[in-house]
Amino acid sequence: MEIWGGDERLMLQIKNLSKKYKNLTVLDDINLEVADCEFVCILGPSGCGKTTLLRIIAGLEEPTSGTLSMNHKTIKGITPEIGMVFQEYTLFPWRNILDNAIFGLEMQGVDKNTAISKARKYLRAIGLDQFEKNYPHELSGGMKQRVAILRALLLNPQLLLMDEPFGALDAQTRNQLQSELLRIWSKDKKTVLFITHSVDEAVYLADKIVLFTARPARIKQIFNINLPRPRDRTSTNANKLRSQILKTLGAEL
Amino acid sequence: MFQRPLRIISIAAAVIAWEGASKLINNEIILPSFTSVIQTFYETLISGELIVDIGESLLHFGIGIFFGIIIAIPIGMAMGWNRKADDLIDPLVELTRPIPPIAWIPFAMVWLHLTHYAAGFIVFIGAVFPILINTYSGFREVPRVLVESAMVLGCTSNMELIKKVAFPFALPSIATGIRIAMGVGWMCVVAAELFGVSNHGLGYKIWWFKDLHQMDGVLAYMLILGLTSLTIDRVFRYIVDERLLKWKYGVVMSG
Repeated sequence: MEIWGGDERLMLQIKNLSKKYKNLTVLDDINLEVADCEFVCILGPSGCGKTTLLRIIAGLEEPTSGTLSMNHKTIKGITPEIGMVFQEYTLFPWRNILDNAIFGLEMQGVDKNTAISKARKYLRAIGLDQFEKNYPHELSGGMKQRVAILRALLLNPQLLLMDEPFGALDAQTRNQLQSELLRIWSKDKKTVLFITHSVDEAVYLADKIVLFTARPARIKQIFNINLPRPRDRTSTNANKLRSQILKTLGAEL
Repeated sequence: MFQRPLRIISIAAAVIAWEGASKLINNEIILPSFTSVIQTFYETLISGELIVDIGESLLHFGIGIFFGIIIAIPIGMAMGWNRKADDLIDPLVELTRPIPPIAWIPFAMVWLHLTHYAAGFIVFIGAVFPILINTYSGFREVPRVLVESAMVLGCTSNMELIKKVAFPFALPSIATGIRIAMGVGWMCVVAAELFGVSNHGLGYKIWWFKDLHQMDGVLAYMLILGLTSLTIDRVFRYIVDERLLKWKYGVVMSG
């Protein structure tokens, strides 16, 4: 349990959360608190149940026991206040980029012209406005994930869940998208819960890294990352942190 | 076609070989010559008979395909989306599907008498299963992650998920089903016109010419059957591929 300072408002609270499939325990007594506008990375061995946790928060699955609350209110099911970006490419292939971007707004019944002008503004900001009439199969992986992030952000969620969104991208595109994400995060004041299996990525992005154990997933350790932003990927301090985390993680493999 | 001269040469060679063979055989019953087939074609065209026959066959075809589409798509959607519907309907489909459409002719006559609908019914039997099965498999293949990403974007009810995700995803598969159904349905047209639903139609006329020992008429109508089907398929493909399924092919990325 952590003690929060006066300025940091508690945003997401996970209490005694467990998930079992028949006899298989996937998540075991997870307790986690996330402050408003905090960037939290969840790091752990693959298949340990990180994704299950995210899916439960998103409302796609139900916990076996435990509670979830956001701004002191219990979360029940899917809510527009929580957005999610998946590891797989999830743009709808039959919709062009613009129509993909406005999908969520369309579902909320927002007037089409308003939705379009809103989406265009974002598309322009990430340099994809000339692709608005293109279909997803004509875009690179990095572009697709940019649009997927944009699509989630257009609903203005308070909490953005990201499940290894850059996992399938090449190293260079990945670095670029990480920087873009940080820019959006600092500008839009979102709370982000980001799953990754890359220690480098976590150290570059996070305010706080939560280390999971192998299945059943428990929280093994929480690292607060106080490196100044914008961060230098290869600074001595970053390297020190990395090796420390890798050591702790290594004990788990 | 004109950019690929071999295709024209191929057809021209076949026509010349045909004409030569018929001269050699010299029996208009066994093999009518190309020229007499063309002449019969011309005569039926001029008299307006051909247009009436094509129209009549398209009517039977259209009735069958129309009912095939409006019945098969909803059932295929229900089966592909809902496990219980699948379990309920699938055994019935599997039992009726292998029955050849022609075997339904007696019941078509009893139920619908000698009407266009009776002929349409035979086409329907041929058309309904390919559409149903392709709709079903299209719906079954909807990736879970697409459904879930729609859900977290606020598309949560079954109706909306079907409308916004499953149906557009399954559309290429449904279109393939309709194309196959049109091929099968067109074959059924010939059989469906054999039991006297009217005195017109391409299938009916083939038998009529045969009874008159006018084999040039039979052959002319056989070729028209083929060409009509080819035209329908091309038009359908054009509409579907160019408009409905543009997202599958698209243009090469520019800029």
